[in-house]
Amino acid sequence: MKNKINMYTRFERLWHWLQAFLIISLAITGFELHGNYRVFGFEQAHILHIQAAWSLLILSAFAVFWHMTTGQWRQYIPTFKNFDKILYHYLVGIFFNEPHPYEKTPEAKLNPLQRLSYLALKVFILPLLILSGLAYFFYNQLPGLGISIGLRPLALVHTAGAFLMLLFLVVHVYMTTTGGTVWSYTWAMVTGWEEVEEKE
Amino acid sequence: MCHERSGAYKKFPTDCGHPAYTEKNFGGKAFAPVDLNTVAKSVGKPELRNCGVCHFYGGGDDGVKHGDLDSTLLSADRELDIHMSKDGAGLDCASCHTTVNHEIAGRYYTEPAQMERCLALPKDYCNRMSCESCHGARPHVENAKLNDHTDKVSCQACHIPTFSRGGKSTLMWWDWSKAGNHADDGKMIVKKDPDGRPTYHTMKGEMRWEKDVTPVYAWYNGGMEYVTLNDTFSPDEPVRINRPEGGYEDASARIFPFKYFQGRQVYDAQANRLVVTKLFGPKGSGAYWSDYDWQKSVEVGMAGNGDFSGEIGFVDTAMYWPITHMVAPKEDSLQCAACHVRNGRLASLSGFYMPGRDRAGWLDMTGWSLVVLSILGVAAHGLGRVLFPFLRRKRDEE
Ligand code: HEC
Ligand code: HEC
Ligand code: HEC
Ligand code: HEC
Ligand code: HEC
Repeated sequence: MKNKINMYTRFERLWHWLQAFLIISLAITGFELHGNYRVFGFEQAHILHIQAAWSLLILSAFAVFWHMTTGQWRQYIPTFKNFDKILYHYLVGIFFNEPHPYEKTPEAKLNPLQRLSYLALKVFILPLLILSGLAYFFYNQLPGLGISIGLRPLALVHTAGAFLMLLFLVVHVYMTTTGGTVWSYTWAMVTGWEEVEEKE
Repeated sequence: MCHERSGAYKKFPTDCGHPAYTEKNFGGKAFAPVDLNTVAKSVGKPELRNCGVCHFYGGGDDGVKHGDLDSTLLSADRELDIHMSKDGAGLDCASCHTTVNHEIAGRYYTEPAQMERCLALPKDYCNRMSCESCHGARPHVENAKLNDHTDKVSCQACHIPTFSRGGKSTLMWWDWSKAGNHADDGKMIVKKDPDGRPTYHTMKGEMRWEKDVTPVYAWYNGGMEYVTLNDTFSPDEPVRINRPEGGYEDASARIFPFKYFQGRQVYDAQANRLVVTKLFGPKGSGAYWSDYDWQKSVEVGMAGNGDFSGEIGFVDTAMYWPITHMVAPKEDSLQCAACHVRNGRLASLSGFYMPGRDRAGWLDMTGWSLVVLSILGVAAHGLGRVLFPFLRRKRDEE
């Protein structure tokens, strides 16, 4: 029997889509600054990149606050319980239309695989990009703070972070198509409501 | 007309005239303390012309030497020179070239003089004007990132996008080795380009003139290193008669625009050294402009000037002329992409990282490979999700 559950709160959805928009903007303008193609022109790309970066930082501050005050950060506590089952599902089961082994609830929305990957995103990739980005932005002020680091290592760390983010994005977007229908997960992130298989 | 760097010109056989001038003679006249406000209000073009009489005509004609100082400045519009144009700041030479530190007062100045950072100037100019003395080191409001550049990029690099912009060309290439050809009737050959500039002259050789020239950029801390008569060099590459000093690690150096003047001149082909040539003189004296014999003119020129092996040849040479006038209006400043691009204006400067110009090949390679692999991976996975059920249905049907 199917059940409709309000899975994502309004803040989560807003946060998710704003974050998606900002991260994609940062990637597009960032790789232009890196010299890969020409869309906005260096000057405009630089302005947009900085604006998107500050916006993301502000948004992240709200998100951190929200996770802390609502206790939602617990969603990301990593667990390996049933990890093998999840892996088996994506590697084998999914091709045989087997149901997803994880029972999603608003209290524990993330399966063990998601927990790990989102945790990696939040405690590694994003901070890596944000910290190296801040250092890049304040590059001329760094010596005044007693930090001596060349622009090149900074830029390379930032670029490496951007590649990791791109990898995450590819897999993440693909994973959204693995629901009941291709759009069902995406739609759930828009409306908040998700159809969940109820176990007897 | 020999500038203070005549130390080098001596060894560089250009027609370096006006030998009577010394710095002292000019010191008082050229660098007298000037009250900026009075000057700006009362004195206009005559002052420009006063200095221009000599400085626009360095090298024998208008704008030959400095690509940024020629007679077009006398009637400059804003596009040519924001400072010396009547429609611009209406400054004259002395507004900037003065020996005393300026009292920064008056309507033009928004920032106090930055005397501890008079870095846009050669070392010995430190008590004179630099761009920063009037504008400060952080003059940009619209795009604050530009201010982060001023510790490494000179104001001139961005604000003088090209030189010789006023319509007068400047000498860019001078091949002495082609000199000496005469017409069949024994007369001198003189060819001119549409601007009336000589492209060939029997006495001087072949020349090339350019207008609206893009500068060459180099690190510059105000010091120049010169090749002297005693220095040996490799004739396989152009001999840099002078070379700006400084580098990325040098806190007093900036990326600075130069007129990169190239030529070909006679040298001591065995010792690999520059030589002095005798140009003026009566027939039979060995003077080149009378006898047209390089071998003799060098022998005579080198007499009393050091060793000469006796063997001459021609070598490519290059000189750097700092470009600092013809500041364009802000709309015409260099765009970010002129530098921040793979093969931009700063492509030849190495040893530091610039976004858009530089990258680490291995990182990009790894990054893009992983991205492509991940896309292929999810595509294959997706295909499997479509194909497997389809094949199973088919099998069940059979
Ligand atoms: C009579 C010709 C003449 C006039 C007029 C003249 N100068 Fe000069 N100027 C020279 C010469 C020649 C030198 C090179 C001096 C030396 O090498 O000792 C020189 C040197 C300079 C230098 C130093 C250049 C360098 O490479 O270091 C500056 C700056 C300068 N003049 C500015 C001016 C200004 C400003 C005026 C007008 C107020 C002016 N000059 C008028 C002939 C002239
Ligand atoms: C807006 C200020 C300004 C004005 C106006 C100005 N100069 Fe300069 N000039 C400078 C600065 C700054 C330098 C030093 C550049 C450097 O670091 O080499 C300089 C350098 C020079 C030099 C020596 C550098 C070289 O190119 O070899 C000469 C000669 C000179 N100026 C002559 C003149 C003359 C003649 C005029 C008037 C027609 C004039 N300047 C007007 C700012 C100015
Ligand atoms: C003697 C003081 C003085 C010095 C030195 C000086 N400037 Fe200026 N500069 C001015 C004044 C005055 C104006 C205002 C001109 C106007 O907007 O009409 C100005 C305007 C400008 C502008 C703005 C033009 C615009 O479009 O509004 C630029 C760019 C500029 N200067 C660059 C330079 C550079 C580069 C140097 C060094 C080579 C320099 N200045 C040296 C006085 C100076
Ligand atoms: C990296 C390139 C770059 C460098 C270096 C640079 N500028 Fe600029 N500057 C620009 C551009 C582009 C503009 C026009 C956009 C703006 O005003 O922000 C500008 C504008 C200006 C203006 C007009 C500001 C206004 O809004 O009226 C002044 C004055 C000026 N520059 C002076 C300087 C001086 C003095 C220096 C050296 C201390 C300098 N610039 C160094 C690129 C540069
Ligand atoms: C004349 C060439 C030139 C132009 C024009 C130029 N830059 Fe730069 N830029 C440089 C150089 C050189 C560096 C390296 C400076 C360093 O290592 O400190 C640099 C560094 C940077 C950096 C990284 C270091 C930092 O301070 O954050 C950024 C970002 C940047 N430029 C943005 C811009 C933007 C935006 C523009 C146009 C508004 C621009 N640049 C125009 C030469 C230029």
